This record gives sequence, structure tokens and C-alpha cells, in this order.
Amino acid sequence: MTHAIGHEHHDSGTQTTLGFWLYLMTDCILFATAFATYAVLFRNTAGGVSGKDIFDLNYVLVETAALLLSSITYGFAMIGAHAGKRSVVMGWLVATFLFGALFIGMELNEFHHLISEGNGPGASAFLSAFFGLVGLHGLHVSAGLVWMGVLMAEALKTGLTGRLMTRLSCLSLFWHFLDIVWICVFTIVYLKGAM
Amino acid sequence: MLLGKLTLDAIPYREPIIMGALSGAGLMGLVVMALITRFGKWGYLWREWLTSVDHKKIGVMYIIVALIMLLRGFADALMMRAQLAMATNGHLGVFPPEHYDQIFTAHGVIMIIFMAMPFMTGLMNIVVPLQIGARDVAFPFLNSLSFWLLVAGAVLVNLSLGVGNFARTGWVAYPPLSELGFSPDVGVDYYTWALQISGIGTTLTAINFLVTVIKMRAPGMKLMQMPIFTWTCTWANVLIAASFPILTGTLAMLSLDRYLGFHFFTAEAGGNAMMYLNLFWAWGHPEVYILVLPAFGIFSEVVSTFTGKRLFGHKSMIIASGVISVLGFMVWLHHFFTMGSGADVNAFFGIATMVISVPTGVKLFNWLFTIYRGRLRFTSPVLWTLGFMVTFSIGGMTGVLMAVPGADFVLHNSLFLIAHFHNTIIGGAVFGYLAGFTFWFPKAFGFRLNEKLGKAAFWFWQSGFYFAFMPLYVLGFMGMTRRLNHTNNPAWDPWLYLACFGAILVACGIACQLLQIAVSLRDRNKALDLSGDPWEGHTLEWSTSSPPPAYNFAVLPQVRDIDAFTDMKERGEAYTVPKTYEPIHMPKNTSAGVFIGGFTTLLGFALIWHIWWLALLGLAGIVGTFLVRAYDDDRDYFIQPDEIEATERAHYERMGLDFDDYSEGEPAGTPDRRPVTAA
Repeated sequence: MTHAIGHEHHDSGTQTTLGFWLYLMTDCILFATAFATYAVLFRNTAGGVSGKDIFDLNYVLVETAALLLSSITYGFAMIGAHAGKRSVVMGWLVATFLFGALFIGMELNEFHHLISEGNGPGASAFLSAFFGLVGLHGLHVSAGLVWMGVLMAEALKTGLTGRLMTRLSCLSLFWHFLDIVWICVFTIVYLKGAM
Repeated sequence: MLLGKLTLDAIPYREPIIMGALSGAGLMGLVVMALITRFGKWGYLWREWLTSVDHKKIGVMYIIVALIMLLRGFADALMMRAQLAMATNGHLGVFPPEHYDQIFTAHGVIMIIFMAMPFMTGLMNIVVPLQIGARDVAFPFLNSLSFWLLVAGAVLVNLSLGVGNFARTGWVAYPPLSELGFSPDVGVDYYTWALQISGIGTTLTAINFLVTVIKMRAPGMKLMQMPIFTWTCTWANVLIAASFPILTGTLAMLSLDRYLGFHFFTAEAGGNAMMYLNLFWAWGHPEVYILVLPAFGIFSEVVSTFTGKRLFGHKSMIIASGVISVLGFMVWLHHFFTMGSGADVNAFFGIATMVISVPTGVKLFNWLFTIYRGRLRFTSPVLWTLGFMVTFSIGGMTGVLMAVPGADFVLHNSLFLIAHFHNTIIGGAVFGYLAGFTFWFPKAFGFRLNEKLGKAAFWFWQSGFYFAFMPLYVLGFMGMTRRLNHTNNPAWDPWLYLACFGAILVACGIACQLLQIAVSLRDRNKALDLSGDPWEGHTLEWSTSSPPPAYNFAVLPQVRDIDAFTDMKERGEAYTVPKTYEPIHMPKNTSAGVFIGGFTTLLGFALIWHIWWLALLGLAGIVGTFLVRAYDDDRDYFIQPDEIEATERAHYERMGLDFDDYSEGEPAGTPDRRPVTAA
């Protein structure tokens, strides 16, 4: 009965990670709902602009590069974490945060630009679905940035404890997941829309 | 504006019926609070219950919420039946349409989201960890949080009675009716936020219990050895995890339409209302299987226990539940064959719907074969089960009938549909929960419920159900549609009167149940469950005391069989005591769930009434409490061996067993050493 005691660890990393995985799967379905809605509504431009008129692929390419690079830098942060080097973790997390912030900044700028030209979410069902889907992703990335800030503060305060490692792993899953979702957004919304 | 859309006019002081209901509810609340104060129980309530992370206590609280909401939802049902029995032949009854429409909307929302769901979740909370030999769920705090999110939603629904109004859209809230243009007041917002908040809690529960059954089964228990109730709950949790996010997304889109002028489902600017229907039922249809699968599990446990036999086809039962879960995701379009998606699409969904009756039939035959050549004890859980087997079969068959798209075009939104889904939800899910309530009550509280009143309740419910809903099948065939406020067809009248009579019979059944709880509480010393195994149970929850200690099992059981406890009893290994106890690691209670629930209620209320500063405050409260909890290092404690031994000794004393006699290493127990179970 070796696990007579250990069996009941309520914060054991594997349980938390599995639970977080399952949460990500539910999140995946939330995104699927937004994608399905976009697929149904993207032709309903109500006489207004369509994707071709408003998407600037070069701009989105930079945005995408920022997010994809942030995934790589997060990967380096995790390598540092597993090696137990806090300064390495902190350095790469700062880089990740900056890339993420750049992505969100560019997205907000795009939204601002669209709304100021009268192409806000209220203009047509296409724009509602566009703002809904891309905004949902943006909200997730923003939440991820806040989370990252909290974990960086924790790393400075307590060092790389077991608890922090679990949390960093969960955020890592989250961050890469958002990258994969963005690749779908990039393909289905921007590439297909600009064609 | 400091108070958003909220003014004094939001309180319906000109409506005597509502004010009467409010003052009645307020009075009852005051009496309860006065009693708690009188007996000085606030501290006890706070420490032992509200802040508890113990899955058994959370389960009990879920069921209390479910029973309270059952009374509210049933009051709505009585009002509807009374209205329809009165409002014929030129009479308009007592409820004007704007009030009546809120009643039927509230009835549906409350019964599905705030009665059936918490009842199911409550039973799952109490039973599943015990059945798999675990000491708690994977994330105890999350479990408490889920419960308080449900409470937040329930509070909002009930608040709508006294502040503002509730949706007048029917419980499905189809756009464009539910859009701002046609429902400009707060009713739909109460609806969306109440469902949104409790729905997120439900998703968290599903994740929690999936991790629990994957990671925390007792040593030796293989996945296919999990008891059938745990399995059906697991399938339900898979369905929740896969379908509730769709509800979350759909409600969010409806809210964006209503708050920020989006056009997802509006009738203008290219919005598509049918998209809402598709998404709503892509959640809504799995939802009915979420409700009924655990009930199937309860019936399985009851049949197997009270025949004294192993469940026939345990494995096929698990597979059938899985098939139902998968198919349950492929039939949503049958809720709107009339959308006009074409013959091919309708045929696909019609056939998929009919196919579900195959795994369901497998289950029915499994129960019958379990009873076959068994010695069935006719206790009240068994009565509910037999009543279910007959009633649910009828409901299933009318469902297959409506799965024929051609027939559905005639019956769509008629009272035939209403009769059908009440037939399956009451005759399936509710009967199951009531059977489970009686079956596991002694486990949760340590004494059995009064059988006489339990049986009386069953017969009132059973006969009341047939009187209330069989006439609705007839009325459906006669052309009466749902959600009518008054009618003017003399041919319908006798059937409407009969249906009203049926509702009164069910009311008698509920009265019997309330009386049953009171009488059983009074006479509890005559029906104590000292052994922890009042029904000769098969599974692990019966191997520990009733109610179980906080740690559930002093030693984690070693599982070798599907009916793990029967196996232990047969081997004479039940009730063995180890030479020494190990300290047990347990989570500490926390008030974080209560606070987050409270802040979420504030947030929901503020969003409904457009009080933006309060919404920000609520949000800040939620995030702040969560952070405090995340960095709280004082989360757990150890129960020490001497305390465990004292608890276990007391339990053995109550069983009439000599604790020291059962020490490990003794020869295998003989049958006469088993505790005598009360008949």
C-alpha cells in the first residue's frame, strides 16, 4: 500500500494537468461553436464589406508571426524551468509576454481601425461573427497574459516550486492551444476571406 | 445613471399574486433564519456546510437546492394547469399573458437547470467518490465553487420574481423573439445570465468528476469495474464537457446581440435565427441524456441490489450508455424538422433518432433479465424503478413516433410533444432521482426514510403523471398547441380538467414526500442505519459507515470485482481492520467558493440591470478571491491515526462488532460475523 497516503494529494501535478487538459477540450468546443457560426454567417455581409475588403494579409502575417514566436519562446521558458534556472525562465517569459502583447496590440489596432471606418460588429452578421471569433481568441490571449504576469510575480517571490511548475505547465498548454486555434483563425478567416 | 435600468417600478407591487408569492417566500425565509438564530446554528452552518469541500455535504446541499426549486417549478406547473382549466369558453383565467408567459418560461428553466441538474449532480457528488473508493473528488475547492455558481444562477432566477421580470420567450428563448427588438426588458437577460453562470459551474463539475474517476479509483479497480451508476455519470460528464461549452457560446452570442448590437441571430443585417436553434439543441439534446443517463444508472443499482443479483450485462450497459451518448449528439435537428432543411437531412436525423431506441432497449432488457429469477424486494426505490420501466417505454415510443419527420410536421409544438418530453423526463430522470434519493438517503444521513409515505408518494406521482399527461397526448392529436394562455374549444375542456386533476395528484405525491422527510426525521431513531449497509448493497459505498466519516474509508479498499463489496463480504474480508492506520491527507474547508458565488451573483445582477460600476466590482471580487485562494498555502491537513481509530471503533461498536476481532491477519471472517442488517 505504497500510495495509501500519496493517493490523495489534492494538488498533485498530474491531476491538475489532466483537469486542465479537459478544460482545454471544453474550450476547444467553445471555439468550434464560434467557428461554426462564422462559417454560417460569413457570407451575410448585408450589403457591407466582406473579408476581401478589410483584411490586410501582410499585417496579419506579422501578427501571426508574433504569436507563433511567443510559443517558441514559451517553449524555451519551459526548458529553463525543467532545468531549474529561474533567470532563464524569467527572461523567456518576458520575451513571450512582449510577443503576446504585440499580438494583442496589433489586434486591438485592427479592431479600432475597422470600427472607426464604420465596419464594427453591428454593421453585419459577417462582422459580428468576425469580431466574435477573433475577439474570443483575443480575450483568451489577454487572459493568458494576465496569468503570465501573475506567474512571473510568483516565480520572483517563491522560486520554481512544484506548485509553480504545475502552473507553468498549464499555462504552457494554454498558450500552445491558443496558437493552434490562431492557425485555424488565420486560415479560415483571413486567408480564405482575403481570397 | 448610478443604478442603470433599475428603478422602483421594477418591483411588481401592483401584482397581488406575485406580491403574495414573494411575501410567502420571504416569510418562510425569515422563519428559517429565525430558527437558525434561535438555536445558534449560524456558525455551525457556515463552518460545517456552506464552506465545506466535502463531496458528501456538497451533494446534500445540491439536493436541498433541487428540492426547493422543485417546489418553485411545481408551483408554476400548478398555476399553468389551473389557468388552462379555468380559461376556457370565453373566460380568461387569472393570469394575463405577460405573466403567464413568464410562468411557463420559468417552469422549464427551473425544472431542467435548477431542479433536475442539481438533483443529478447532488447524487453524483454523494455517491461517485464512495463507489470508486476515493476520499474526495479530484478538485474539492472547484467542487464547492461549482455549487456556489449554481446557487448564483438560482438566486438570479428567483430574484426576477421580485425585481423586474423573467423571460416571456419559453425556456428555449428563440430569437428573434429573445432579441432586444422584441424583448427589450430585463427578462431575457435574467435568463441568459442565470443559465450562463450555472452552466459554467456544470462544466467545471464535469471536468472535476472525469479527473476523479480517471485518477482516483481505489487500487485494483479497472475502468470496466466501476459501478454502473458511476459509469452512467461518467458518460453524462463526457456529454457535459462536450455540450455545455456550446450553450456558453450560444448565450454569449445572444448577449452580444442584446448588449453590443451584434447581429448573430437578429432578423436584420444578415443575422440567422436558425443558427441559434441549431446551437441551442446541439447542447439541448445531449442535455436530456445528461439528465437521464445517471437515472438509468440508479435504476440499475436499485434493480441489482433489491433482487440480490449481479446486474445482468454490466458491460453491455456501459457500452449502451456510451452509444446513447454518441448518438445523442447526432440528433439535435429533430427539434426543428419544420425548419425545412430538406428531405435528406430530415431523414438522417429521423433515423439517427430512432436508432437511439436500440441501446435504450438493451438497457430495458438488461433490467428485466436482472429481475428474472431474482427475489425482488418491493421497496419504494423498486416501485419507482418499475414505474419508470413502464412509463419511460411509453415516452420512448412516442418519441420514435415523432422522429418520423412527416408525423413531426403535424405534432411539432403541439401538446403531444409536451406530453412526450414530460413522459421521458419525469418518467425517466425524475423517477430515477427519487429512487436514488430514497436508496442513498440512509448513506447520507444514517437513517432510512419512512417506507409507507414513500410508497404513497410513488403511487400519487405515478397515477398523477398519467392523469396529467395522457390527456396532453390526446389534446395534441386534437390540435392544441403549447404555450396557449386560454382556449375556446369545448372538445378540449374535459381533457384539460383531467390534466389539472393529474397535477393535483402529483401535488399530493410531493406533499407525501415532504411529510415523509419530516416523519422520518422525527422517527429516525427507529430506522437507524447502524451497519452502513441497509439494503445488502453490492458496491463500496455500503462498506463504510452511514453517514461516512470525512475521510470515507479508513483504508482504501482493494477491489477485485465489479460488485466489490459483495466480493469482500463473500471472501469474509469486509470490515477487516488494519494493524495500524496511516495519517490521511484531507483538504481544508474554504469560504472562497461562497465569496466567488456571491460576487458572481452581484456581477450577474449588475449586468442584467446595466449597473456597470457594480459589474466591475463583482468581477474584481471574483478575480481577487480567486487569487487569494490560489496563493493560500494553508489548504490541507492530516487526520491522525488515533483519531481514525477512535472513529472506526465507534462505528464498529454501533454495528455490534468487536473492533479488535477484525484485525488484519485474523482468519477470514465467517458469515455470522457479518453485521445483522435491519430488515
